[in-house]
Order: sequence, then structure tokens, then C-alpha cells
Amino acid sequence: MKTSQIIRLMILVLALGITAQAQRNTSSGGSSETLIRNATIMTASHGTIENGSILIRDGKIAAVGRNVKAGPNAKVIDATGMYVTPGFIDSHSHTALDSVNEGSLSVTAMVRMRDVVDDTDVNIYRQLAGGMTMIHQLHGSANAIGGQNSIIKLKWGRPVEEMYVADAPRTIKFALGENPKRSNSTLQPGAPRRFPATRMGVEETIREAFTQGREYIRKWDEYEAAKKRGENPLPPRRDLKLEAIADVLRGKMDIHSHCYRADEIMMLARLCEEFGIRVHTFQHVLEGYKVAPEIAKHGASASILPDWWAYKMEAYDAIPFNAAVMTHKGIVVSIHSDSNEHARRFYQEAGKMMKYGDLTEEEALRLITLNPAIQIRMDKRVGSIDVGKDADLVIFNGHPFSVYSRPEMTLIEGEVYFDRKADLERRPLLAKEKKDLIEREKKMPGERQPTQQQTLPLPTLTEDDLDGHIHP
Amino acid sequence: MTHLPLASVGTKSEKQDMKPAKRPFAFCLLPFAFCLLALPIFSQSKYDPAAVYAIRNARIVTVTGATIEKGTVLVRDGKIAAVGEQVSVPGNAKVIDGTGLSVYPGLIDSGTILGLSEVGAVNATLDTTELGEFNSNMKALTAVNPNSELIPVARSNGVTTVLTCPLGGVISGQCALINIDGWTPQEMALRAPAAMRLIYPTAGGGGRGGGFFRGVFGQSPEALRQQRDKRVEELRKKLDDAIAYARAKEAAAKDKSIPAHPTDLGLEALIPVVKGEVPVLVTASRQGEIKSAIELADKYKLRIIIFGGEEAIKVAPLLKEKNIPVLIGPILDLPDNEDDPYDIAYARAGELNKAGVKIAIMTNGEPANIRLLPYHAGTAAAFGLPKEEALKAVTIYPAQIFGVDKLVGSIEVGKVANLIVTDGDPLEYRTKLKYMFVNGHQTDLMNKHIRLYEKFKDRP
Repeated sequence: MKTSQIIRLMILVLALGITAQAQRNTSSGGSSETLIRNATIMTASHGTIENGSILIRDGKIAAVGRNVKAGPNAKVIDATGMYVTPGFIDSHSHTALDSVNEGSLSVTAMVRMRDVVDDTDVNIYRQLAGGMTMIHQLHGSANAIGGQNSIIKLKWGRPVEEMYVADAPRTIKFALGENPKRSNSTLQPGAPRRFPATRMGVEETIREAFTQGREYIRKWDEYEAAKKRGENPLPPRRDLKLEAIADVLRGKMDIHSHCYRADEIMMLARLCEEFGIRVHTFQHVLEGYKVAPEIAKHGASASILPDWWAYKMEAYDAIPFNAAVMTHKGIVVSIHSDSNEHARRFYQEAGKMMKYGDLTEEEALRLITLNPAIQIRMDKRVGSIDVGKDADLVIFNGHPFSVYSRPEMTLIEGEVYFDRKADLERRPLLAKEKKDLIEREKKMPGERQPTQQQTLPLPTLTEDDLDGHIHP
Repeated sequence: MTHLPLASVGTKSEKQDMKPAKRPFAFCLLPFAFCLLALPIFSQSKYDPAAVYAIRNARIVTVTGATIEKGTVLVRDGKIAAVGEQVSVPGNAKVIDGTGLSVYPGLIDSGTILGLSEVGAVNATLDTTELGEFNSNMKALTAVNPNSELIPVARSNGVTTVLTCPLGGVISGQCALINIDGWTPQEMALRAPAAMRLIYPTAGGGGRGGGFFRGVFGQSPEALRQQRDKRVEELRKKLDDAIAYARAKEAAAKDKSIPAHPTDLGLEALIPVVKGEVPVLVTASRQGEIKSAIELADKYKLRIIIFGGEEAIKVAPLLKEKNIPVLIGPILDLPDNEDDPYDIAYARAGELNKAGVKIAIMTNGEPANIRLLPYHAGTAAAFGLPKEEALKAVTIYPAQIFGVDKLVGSIEVGKVANLIVTDGDPLEYRTKLKYMFVNGHQTDLMNKHIRLYEKFKDRP
């Protein structure tokens, strides 16, 4: 390649880079500064600011307060009469995943949700429209030890690589009770049942995995020690499942465990203590209120379904006061959706919690912002409206905890990803495009393919693998 | 807990009423200490059917008339005896001070399976779905468990009345409109049957109750269409048979020489339907199904109510013209199609209301979540339905749709005293229910959740 060609190529690459950068800037209003002006700001960390403004610079919150000045080129969002909250964080989601359960084994610590993220799932947009900005994508609850979870921001329209949160912690799903013992799932005719089938079996499945994981650590430690001594040992066989379990035992991967009943909550806490670790977050934890002092003592946080109950036997003692009881015992409590439907109106789920056990407005808001951020170790970056944090924000047309309010705009890192006004304007255009496409398809002579008879396979996993949202 | 109502009810009249009656009884048993303990239970008169109540100094949202900023509602013999700014309160009335509180009519959920289902995943607790396709003689009221733990929870945000329906098949059975406080199903019944439930046959898929799992797996679209057409044919034949059966029965009654047709319980149950006395609740989602249901109604002179009606807006002029109401819900629901607007389910009620179609809002989901009815209505209001209409969609509109608007759905003299007393707008999340009256009885607001909360909240 001649030098001139190389230079030309370099110029091209540079130009493309600048174009991409310019496009990015255009989408945030042609400048890297945005000012949200004259809003009621619910910070989730330090109270509510009336008639306040937020300055966003390079995707971060640069200033918050009553006297905030922006540069002359700042894009201004006038939020008079509106409310701003931090973007919502769902600590238990199954959104934007191609598959949720690797249900063939009781321990599947080797599978990773980040490998199956579907960045085209329309639920991303629907949830943005409800103010959601970050989700913890969990493996399903079919297995005592499920797969490794993933954390993404809901940057609708961007490729998955831009949705991953780079500094996210490693977390893993565990599950106890009816789901891992397959109580509510129908087997295909002739299919054998899977171990475990009782809560006793669930405990031993996890203890067995921990025991194997400990052995695995020992083998590798011995190998490393032998190498250090200058010997030439054979390395142990690498096992991706046990590698993950080993990292759990080393405290490098957080346990997020699906659980319902008080007894199984205590079982896992005891079992983890036996192996010198702790449960990071109990998920669902519907009977957490019964053993709140024990959960607090163990040091776990609780991510709960706010008020669902009686959809299955182990949910029969669930109460909507759960959030308040555990909060008052000093446990970091979040509420989660576990549902593409609930995730679109997270503000409602939090708002309801104020009447059950008298949580304050800020405590209720933290259930969907700061507290889930703490649970997924992202609270240095998101979860409240504080200087230095990511500008992940929701603008409401009224108080977020009024049933008559709705989100008007959602921003992630200062960029507008949902704007109700733009959405409404786009609708007639989309309807026309759809109509035109159908018309064009109809007019194409002879090009229509005959419809092939398709036989869909029977589902082997039921909806309750998504933790019990069974609709009648 | 501020929820507990009985302690804060004025007890002046209780003492007056009870003391003369109980004194001799208590006197003769005085040496027995346990009797003293028992006395408060006797004198509480929790279930006194003759009790008269006066809710005073409250804001009264009558729904059908003007709101009274400060007034009194008088309840006597299970009915609303007086409403107004100036109401004379009889001396024997139990007085509730409504200062700072509001009185609303009890909310009505027009699509539930309450009483027929306890724990969704536990089959033994379900009585919703009988076997077979035509079950016109199945009566929801029969299987309503008045002691379901779900009922007091369903009441906890102000729902006093629900339509409870059987599920499944083509004709699922008879729905009952019930007041959700009572010792027996019969006492709870406000109207039974309130409607015959019909699930308009679909070719698989097509929304809630349409039978996604019933037929779609392993069958070709053509086979599914044939199956649907066969079911529609069977349905028409059933209705033809019911008409013929009714005529034969009438003829035999008039003329003894005509042999009586042997009794057919299924057809017997359809007589009031083909006579237009009992409305038909038709589950229909797609516009094609809704239009077919309207054609069926025209042919057989049925009174129909569309249940679900996800695409009802596309048929709105026809629904308006024929005065066919639509029960909408759940409002808190995902869009059916990927390219639907994100808020399609939230906005549906507002759009239909704007188009002049009579609507009511229902939860139409797990009966454990009936207490969320106010938020279904409130969310519809956040997305286009006027606030006052949202309240009507869970009070007077369902009452009108089921022909019980002379009995419930608003605060008017002579109506059944189904009332709620709240500290604010009942559709708002943070509003608390302070008192409830069902059939003129003050309802216990205790439920399983409060019991467990009280038990565990302060445990060491």
C-alpha cells in the first residue's frame, strides 16, 4: 500500500469518527450541555428541590439546585410544573433476553445472560416510556443454581455493546422453593422428573455444588502452590460451572436468590454462612417480613415483588407491608418487576408502598432508584440525582406518585431516549408506513410465498418459571 | 394501624341500646368472672342488622349528582336513607365523624373470578372452568366461597361489588354480580344471573381467554379456522334449540294435549338469554370477533356486552349506534402486538369513552389483585379518560350496564348502602380506606395481610 493511500484511509477513518461523534452530539441537542429547568426534583438521596434545575454535561450530572447556570449553547428542557426523578432501576428483570432458563440441570452456573441479550426487544422501549433506565437481567428460577446475570442500560436503538454496563459486578441467580423443585410445571409425557423435588433436595443441591466448588478451589490452589515450588504439575481440568461456583465462594460473584418462604430464606443464609459467604440479595423474598431480624443479621438486602400474592401456594402469605417491615428493620429494600408489564409502571409499584406501613415519599422512591442501585453495586454511578452521577432521569407531568401522572421524557446519560411528544408525533407516520408496506405486499404479483404449515413445539417451561406471573 | 374501624365508631348509642337489655343477664351471672370478659362481645353488636349509621361532616361524592362539600349520609335498613347538607340524625344512630374524609359509592369490578379461585397455581382451589364447551347451566354463585381469604383483601381499596364469572368453553356459564361481604353466597348476590358468559370462538391466539394454549400448538391455521367455524355453528344451533325449546315449553303449558318436551337443563338456562332478559357477556378481542358477536346478537335478539374488546375502537361507531357497552381491562396490560403504541392498553378506555361508547373498567386478572381496580381506572385517566369518567367507569357505569343502577353505583336515597369512606380520592395510591359499608352493614376492614403484618411487624 502506498503512503498516499494510507493517508487517505486514515483521513477516511478520522472523518467517519467525527461524523459518528457529530451524530451523537446532534441527538443530545447539538451540544454536550443540557439544562432541565424549573422542575420539582426528587433526588432520592437528599430530599426534594422545588423550582430546581439540573445541569448535564457529557452525560453526567454537573450541577443540581436552585441556582444552576448553563453555558450559552446548552440545550434547555423547560420542566415548569413537572417532576424529575432518577431513572428507575429494576433489580430483577427478564427483559431483552432470547432465553431465560437453562432448565435441563439443577445447577447451571456456567451459562451467562449477557450472551443472550436481545437489543431489539420492544419491551426495552415500553419500559423506557415508564422511566426505566437500567435493568438487572436475571436467569430464570428453574434451577437451584441458575446462570450468571447481566446488567444493561435501556439504550433503545443502540447495539447491545453500548447497552452493557462496563463496570457492572458479576452476579448469579439462585432459586429456592416451588420453582427449582418443579412443583407447578407440567412434564411432557414420558419425561422423567428432575432432582430436586423437595426443599430438602434444593438445600443439598446447593451444598453439593458448594462442596465441589471448594474442592475445585483446593485443586487449583495446590496446582499454583506446586508451580511456585518450581515443580511441573499437571493443571486440573478446567470446569466452567465450578469456576463460577468457586468465584461465588471467593466472594467475587454476588448471590441473588429467588425465594418465598421464611424457612428457605433461613436455609440459604445458614448454608452460605457454613461456607463463609453471605447471600447478597434475596429476590422476591415474600415472607421476608417474618424473618426480617435474621435477614438483617445475615447482612443481605431484599428485592421484592411489591404486592402480588396468592398466585401460588408459597405466595399465600405474601403481604404488601413487606417493604415497610424490612425497611424499618434496616434492610436495604428494592421492589422489582420480574415482568415486562410491571416494569412499565414502576412508579406506581413504588407509590403503592407508601400506604402499607407508612413509608415516606423518599423511602418509596428509593425502592426503585437508590436501593436497587446499591443491590447491584452501581450506586456510585446511578440511583439518585447527585453531582457526578450518570444523568439517567425521568420527567413526569405531575407527581410521580399520583395515579394521574405519566412520564413525559426519559434520559440516559443525558440523551433523550423517550419523549412522549415525539412518540405521539411519530404514530401517524408509522401507521402510514405499515399501511403502505401491506399495500405494496398485496400488489406484488406472484411473489407471495405459499404459507407453510408450521407446527410449533410444546413449551417445556411454563410462565411460572418467570416466578409465578401466571395469568388465568 | 389507622385501618381498624370499629374502635373509632361513635359508641354513644351502642351503650344506650345495649345496657337495658344486657343488665339483668349480666347481673345474674356476675359471680362468674368470665362473664365480664364476654360482656363486651355481646354488647358490641357488630352484626346488628337494625343498626342506623350517620356519616357526618364528610365530603360526599355522589357520582350521579353534585358533590356535597360538607354533609351527612344516613344509612338505615341496609339502604341510603338520606343524603345532604342538612340531615336530621336519629338518636339511635351510630355516628361516624367524617371530618376530613370523603364518602364515595363502593367501587364495582365488572370482570373477576372472585370466590371461584383461591391460589392460582393450586388446581384443587379452582372452580372456574367446567369441562365441555356449552355450560349454560353452570352458576358462578354456586361456587363462590364467601370465606375466601381473597375477599377481604379485594375490599381493602374500596371495591364492594364484583361480577364473578365462570371461564372456558364457548358458553362458560352464568356470571353473578355479588356484594363482597356476606355469610352466604345468596346473601351476597346482588343479581344472579347477571349475565351469560360467552367466549366468542377464535381461530387460536387472539387475546385473553381466546385460548392461546387451547388450540394453537400443533395445528395449522386452516384446522384452527375449521374448528372455530364448527364451534360457531354449534353455538348458533344451541341458540336455535333454545328458542325452539322455549316455544315448545310455552305451547305445552297452554295446551295440555301437546306432549311436554323432556327437561333440558342447558336449554332451560338459555331461555332468559334468547328472550333478552339476561344479557350475554361476549369475550371478543379482535374487530372481526366483535362484529360477528354483533351479528349474532342481531340475529337472535340478544342483549350483549363486549368483554375485553381490545380492538373495540375500530368498531366504535357500530357499538355506539347499537348501544352495546364494553368492559375494558386489565388497563394495566401489555400491548398485544409489537407495533402497537406503548400506551395502547392505558389509552383504550379514554378513546372508547370519547367515541361515545359506554364503558366499565375491570381488573380481569387474578382475583388476588382486585384491590388494584382503582389504579386501573386511574391509569386510564392518566392517558386520556377524564377523571370523573374514570370514577364512573368503576361505579355507575357498570351498574347501568348490568341493569342495577337503581340499586348501586352512586349515593342516592333509596339505593343499597354500599359506601366507602376514605381520606382522599379512592383512585390514588396513597388514599386509605377508613370505613366501608356493604348492604348497609359496616364491614370489618381486617384481612389476612393486616393480621400477618400485626403479628410480625414488631417481632424481636
